[in-house]
Amino acid sequence: MSNGINYVLGVYEDEDVLVKAVQKVREGGVKIEEVYSPFPVHGIDDVLGYKRSWLAIAAFMFGLCGTSLALVMQIGMMGADWPMIIGGKDYVPFPAFIPVTFEMTVLLAAFGMVGTFFVVTNLKPWGRPKIFDIRITDDKHVMAIDLDANDKSEADIKQLVQASGASEVNNKTFV
Amino acid sequence: MSAESVLREPLITGNKTLHDVTEDIVSRVEQKPTPLWMLAMAVSLSLLAVGFYAVYLLLWNGIGEWGLNKTVGWAWDITNFVWWVGIGHAGTLISAILLLFRQRWRMGINRAAEAMTIFAVICAAIFPILHTGRPWLAMYWMFPLPNTFGSLWVNFSSPLLWDVFAISTYFSVSLVFWYIGLIPDFATIRDRAKNKISKAIYGALSFGWVGGARTWSHYETVALILAGLATPLVLSVHTIVSFDFATSVIPGWHTTIFPPYFVSGAIFSGFAMVLTLLLVVRKVYKLEDYITIGHIELMNIVIIITGSIVGVAYITEFFIAWYSGVEAEQYAFMNRAMGPYWWAYASMMTCNVIAPQLFWFKKLRTNLAATFVISIIVNIGMWFERFVIIVTSIHRDFLPSSWAMFYPTKVDVGVYVFTFGFFFTAFFLFAKFFPVINIAEVKSILKNTGDKK
Repeated sequence: MSNGINYVLGVYEDEDVLVKAVQKVREGGVKIEEVYSPFPVHGIDDVLGYKRSWLAIAAFMFGLCGTSLALVMQIGMMGADWPMIIGGKDYVPFPAFIPVTFEMTVLLAAFGMVGTFFVVTNLKPWGRPKIFDIRITDDKHVMAIDLDANDKSEADIKQLVQASGASEVNNKTFV
Repeated sequence: MSAESVLREPLITGNKTLHDVTEDIVSRVEQKPTPLWMLAMAVSLSLLAVGFYAVYLLLWNGIGEWGLNKTVGWAWDITNFVWWVGIGHAGTLISAILLLFRQRWRMGINRAAEAMTIFAVICAAIFPILHTGRPWLAMYWMFPLPNTFGSLWVNFSSPLLWDVFAISTYFSVSLVFWYIGLIPDFATIRDRAKNKISKAIYGALSFGWVGGARTWSHYETVALILAGLATPLVLSVHTIVSFDFATSVIPGWHTTIFPPYFVSGAIFSGFAMVLTLLLVVRKVYKLEDYITIGHIELMNIVIIITGSIVGVAYITEFFIAWYSGVEAEQYAFMNRAMGPYWWAYASMMTCNVIAPQLFWFKKLRTNLAATFVISIIVNIGMWFERFVIIVTSIHRDFLPSSWAMFYPTKVDVGVYVFTFGFFFTAFFLFAKFFPVINIAEVKSILKNTGDKK
């Protein structure tokens, strides 16, 4: 066996087979590093034991920042820094501030959340992706199992993956 | 008594496998530009060049190049602005609102519609930016930037400033939404790319996407929250655009019905433009299996609904003008329908209220040629709607001695042509180099809604 990180890859054709296979492989006591798919597969995060994404909370927090920033900016500029009476309204005509406050909330929530998403998923234009199989972005689902992270022998893992309904079982090594 | 459940029509026809989907969409990006595409590009680039000369004249000589006068201080510029913003509503509506309502038919059309949205919003923004006269200084007039006058800030009570915030937020959030959707598809192109340059370009565009389950899980949350944010956003944008008029005291503009009326008008014209473009893309790229007659029929139904809402709004305005008993208001509306601009009003009524009613006939709303023609008629009608609202309300103001007509100059026309040149150039570039259909989303519904047994 060569040096580097050695993987066993289970290649699957169908998403429903994949979800059942993940269950079987995990029940067999094998740790799955990650499952790669050409499209989002429903229910896969449950069987892999992933928690629900917390990005919604991030979006809410960024949204709150946007709301407060917009209010502080408008009240500060129109009420404190250079008060002016426009159209006979108060210095701080609150209803008139609603549109800009709303837009700033949405803007910060959206950009903050997407920025966080790129950071947590490590997506960046200069990123060098670890591509297990180029067919992942076409029509195959791939289950990647790191051999060093598992106590079982390679032959046992391969047998378990094969039995779970994989169409191919391959090896892949990253140096 | 028994009821039989009717199976839904498949959304993707032609017995496609996952690989076929990749092949059908990505091969368009990989193939060499066709002569037809070159011709289309040449036409749109020449429109852009002609229009650019008009923009140059406008910037060099000033706003006097437009046909505006003392009475009609807003005409083609703002008409075109509202028209383009309205067109720019369909994309985000399709991808955000239809995502929240779990309407899977959006998946065949959302990518192209969103691209169209982004280009249309850029075209819209060109008009107010040019109308500032000196766009290089406009940053200080539009955004609250510190300056040497105090700082003298922008006026947050002005609907025009709300517009700046609404349009720029809408543009940037739509762009992000569109790009997030493109990332997995760019990865598909990257993994198929043969030559180094396109591998590097699509590699960078794909942000190193590999499609892990953890990433997909975050990704789906992001898409859902963005849809949730974009839904009120898309409704707010045309609402705020309508405030430009509704918060004024001009008879004909000072109307509380404007926000919902403008929003439904925007969806109406946006869907019409999506149909115009998609019918062509579908034909040229042979995407009949992805954009089926079913898709077109559903879009036509949206057109009937929003067109009818717009029609009701036109009639309501008249009723309220009469019922209010305000003489100036009544005159504004009589003048609109029977004054010197009656022809604009009649065009609007015919194109927007009568023409889409033809879609009540199933034969017409499932007919490609009829859909194409009516979609163009609707867009002409929606341009006239904005022209009618804007120009006919102000051309006969409170002082009869200053009553005037508006005559567009060559520069007025030229700047409009410029935006068309830009729009089509951008759209053709998109159609050639970007995947025109969301590959990953279509694959995710293929098993349940495809017709493969």
